[in-house]
Amino acid sequence: MENPSFGMFIAVFEEMFGPVLFWLMVTVAAAVTAVYLYVLIRDRAVSWRKFLLAQLSMPVGALAAVVFVWWVTNSGLGDVGGPVDVIVLLGVAALGAVGMAVFVYTVQSLIRGASQDDG
Amino acid sequence: MSTDKIMASRRAFLGAMATGGAAAALPMAAPAGAQQVATSASIVILGAGAAGAALANRLSARLDGATITIIDPRQRHLYQPGFTLIAAGLKPASYSVSTTAEWLPSGVRWIEQGAAGIDPESQTVITDGGETVDYDYLILATGLELHYEGIEGMSRDVIGQNGIGSFYAGPDEAAATWREMDRFTETGGRALFTRPATEMKCAGAPLKYTFLTDHYLREKGSRSRSEVIYAAHSNSLFGVPIVHEKLRMLYDDRGFDTVYNHVMTAIDPGAKVATFDTPDGPVEIGFDFTNVIPPMRAPAVIRESGLAWEDRWVGQGWAEVDPYSLRHRRYPNVFAAGDVAGVPKGKTAASVKWQVPVVEDQLVAQIAGDTTDRSYNGYTSCPMITRVGRAMLIEFDYNDNLTPSFPGIIAPLEELWVSWLIKDIALKPTYYAMLRGRA
Repeated sequence: MENPSFGMFIAVFEEMFGPVLFWLMVTVAAAVTAVYLYVLIRDRAVSWRKFLLAQLSMPVGALAAVVFVWWVTNSGLGDVGGPVDVIVLLGVAALGAVGMAVFVYTVQSLIRGASQDDG
Repeated sequence: MSTDKIMASRRAFLGAMATGGAAAALPMAAPAGAQQVATSASIVILGAGAAGAALANRLSARLDGATITIIDPRQRHLYQPGFTLIAAGLKPASYSVSTTAEWLPSGVRWIEQGAAGIDPESQTVITDGGETVDYDYLILATGLELHYEGIEGMSRDVIGQNGIGSFYAGPDEAAATWREMDRFTETGGRALFTRPATEMKCAGAPLKYTFLTDHYLREKGSRSRSEVIYAAHSNSLFGVPIVHEKLRMLYDDRGFDTVYNHVMTAIDPGAKVATFDTPDGPVEIGFDFTNVIPPMRAPAVIRESGLAWEDRWVGQGWAEVDPYSLRHRRYPNVFAAGDVAGVPKGKTAASVKWQVPVVEDQLVAQIAGDTTDRSYNGYTSCPMITRVGRAMLIEFDYNDNLTPSFPGIIAPLEELWVSWLIKDIALKPTYYAMLRGRA
């Protein structure tokens, strides 16, 4: 197999979601990340209180990610058939956990602001 | 916003993961060469299906000044790899349907008629509307013909009644096949699966569908009162020996009754009996549910054009091309891609994905007065669904070698969830990107 190009991946994503939705999702993901970085810089510290809640939300994000993938693909836990499936499943969970933690931390920072807690 | 974000990250991840996988089943070809070639050549493409549309896009990007004409009366474009999913009740009939128009580039002339005749000596194509189209280069991408009449008593009209399905016929017939299979698996009985003795598109599909029917029988608790028979046309289940052995083991494991050297010749829909030609003479097998796969052959316009093989696949009429360059063996300005190409393997979308850049490079080099060693190695891919939720990502070439895209990561002969994910969510977008000439 020849190496897929970056442009080809973009093309496949555009077909998968439609160009409008795809680029909207990219924009939203980039915006949340940017806001996360913004609050970190604004506060000049990690708020451990916010981080605690973010951590607590991680299992929820992990589970939601896995269940969502199963739902979209008409499959379930019983379909895991080999090591690569376990790795992919854990990867989905990890991504969901991290995504949820970043999101929860960012939302708290925006709502509560920097002054309410210094952890 | 939170929902959007979560959806975005989940789906983007799914996409990222699955796109990597789609690289396997629809392998990534090199992007079309950046350098345009100036020409006034007239190129005619017969057929606007997967191969025809992809070549129209690639050639129009690659050639400057060429006249590209595509001849096809079909207004609907069908994503055929989706038919098994429709026939398994996992997708609606609309899943496979788009329009021909949306895949064709501007600047290409689309004649919405069928091709009625080809004269390779005078380099002309005559349409069924009576129009004569001259060409300098001709690409045969007509697809193939499902020859239902090759089975006595069979026609498209009987699909969806009396336990008879046939998902190859189209998206609506695939949905009708699902209704019959759904009804059958509620009660159980005898399920009969076959394949024709001719070359066929996606030789894995009849095997997949046997697994899928078994899946629903088990899920609904009717497997114990059912019999699942697979009638192979030859003495093996699959043309690649190592894949045959794996399938034989899985078929034993699932309790299927496999009979070999059985070719369906007739069906009696009322009596629910199929007749098979076997080395021991005709054999009748009754069924409560069956998925009929008709003999397949090239469309009449190819069979009668003088461009077909005469001494191979006799009666099937596949285009006589070199298996590596896909150039016609007697008319060097004629190429074939997709189902109609007379090559030993590769009547799948994955093959098209691999063949199209070869035809493109060979043709462009020829126009430029050059040559290229770009060649097609027979690569094809078969996401062999073994139940809802699992598949084996089988890839192989002309030499019956397995050619896994992810050696050591995605095992080709293991039933894996990740292979199912690839089939379920990544193949269709990859296919559509291919049509646009972008993948």
